[in-house]
Amino acid sequence: MPEIVAILQGNQRAGARMIRLLEQGKLEALTLLKQLYPHSGNAFIIGITGSPGVGKSTLIDDLITVFRKQSKRVAVIAVDPSSPFSGGAILGDRLRMQRHATDKNVFIRSMASRGQTGGLSRATKDAAIVMDAMGYDIILIETVGAGQGEFDIATLAHSTGIVRIPGTGDGIQAVKAGILETGDVYIVNKCDRPDVDASVHALTMMIGMQNMGRQTSHPSPKWTPPVVKTNALKGTGVDELADTFLSHFDFLKKHNLTDQTKRNQETLYFKSLLKDLTLAKIHSFMETSPAYKSVLKRIQTHEMDPISAAEHVVNTMIILK
Amino acid sequence: METTNKIRVLIAKPGLDGHDKGAKIVALALRDAGMEVIYSGLHQTLNQIIQTATQEAVDVIGLSIMSGAHLPICKRLITMMKEQGLDDIRLIVGGVIPYQDIPELKEMGVAAVFPGGISFEDIITGMNKLFE
Repeated sequence: MPEIVAILQGNQRAGARMIRLLEQGKLEALTLLKQLYPHSGNAFIIGITGSPGVGKSTLIDDLITVFRKQSKRVAVIAVDPSSPFSGGAILGDRLRMQRHATDKNVFIRSMASRGQTGGLSRATKDAAIVMDAMGYDIILIETVGAGQGEFDIATLAHSTGIVRIPGTGDGIQAVKAGILETGDVYIVNKCDRPDVDASVHALTMMIGMQNMGRQTSHPSPKWTPPVVKTNALKGTGVDELADTFLSHFDFLKKHNLTDQTKRNQETLYFKSLLKDLTLAKIHSFMETSPAYKSVLKRIQTHEMDPISAAEHVVNTMIILK
Repeated sequence: METTNKIRVLIAKPGLDGHDKGAKIVALALRDAGMEVIYSGLHQTLNQIIQTATQEAVDVIGLSIMSGAHLPICKRLITMMKEQGLDDIRLIVGGVIPYQDIPELKEMGVAAVFPGGISFEDIITGMNKLFE
């Protein structure tokens, strides 16, 4: 069992083992997480999302460099997809960040999505709590390469950066519902490519239109998401990007929006834990209950239809205390 | 919560040799065997490998070595693993490894050696055997 004291002191071995336990879904890990939870809530959590190959990992590598120059301690959670066939994964995001591997004030953890479809893994939030309690000032979370609908990160991060590259999508793509609504900062990476200004223009137009649409429904102070041009391979625009994220965090704090974010996050976290724990009970019920097994048999012998069987089991056998 | 215990493997290439096709193909085979593979790429220093294994809490460090320096590299890495309290992580080695060196590698604490030419099946069986 990892030592809580060691984790709070920032010991990477202890923190890493704790995250491993959480990822394995061990119930005793939750007992430990409860002890860490009161020590979390200080880190600034930045999400980086966008399609595969737009440069998310390389941008994070650059952001680590900038934040380290400011003497901030930086943690990274990099999520890559699990194979739908074998359940295995190749986690290759940290490959782009390896120059920071030996910096004791940088902690990089790769995670496989393990069947989650929202761009993160089930244990990403748990891992962020551990890193937060370890004392990291900034936690950068890189999602699975995302398309249009994977925006779980927006419910976890204080600030979500959406990475695009020039030459993808016109004005109507930019106003579609989904991931593009969720950004706090928009990044056009690979800005040495042609059509970069068209991409910036399309995003700026979209932000302007969204702000018009929201004026009535959101009376609270409004953050207008900036569009930042970067070239991650050369490090161009990355200082500005880091400043933009930090000024968004300042904005949230200044208008007491971090508390609101925290309340929303806690509700969502509670609901997702509730589902996990309920599911765990149901799994163990299915493995151990003879009554359940007899229902299963009756379905297989066509004595009962699956719909009535499911209703019957829920109503008569699964009692959630 | 659903409990899943997948084998986590760090695949790394220490030092100066620049051939990573073998390491990548093995990574793919391990993925297809249901393992989670952290691929850290070329030119890793031993210190980078140690820190990566620590942060990723892996079960296995897999080194791909074709430079002929497998004996000193493994010896040094095993010492560093002990110093850092990573004794519970298994070290495996693949690449261009002469058969006569295998006993010495095992002697110093390498859990398994998979020299070039070995089948994926043998690698995966050998790795699963480490966790029986």
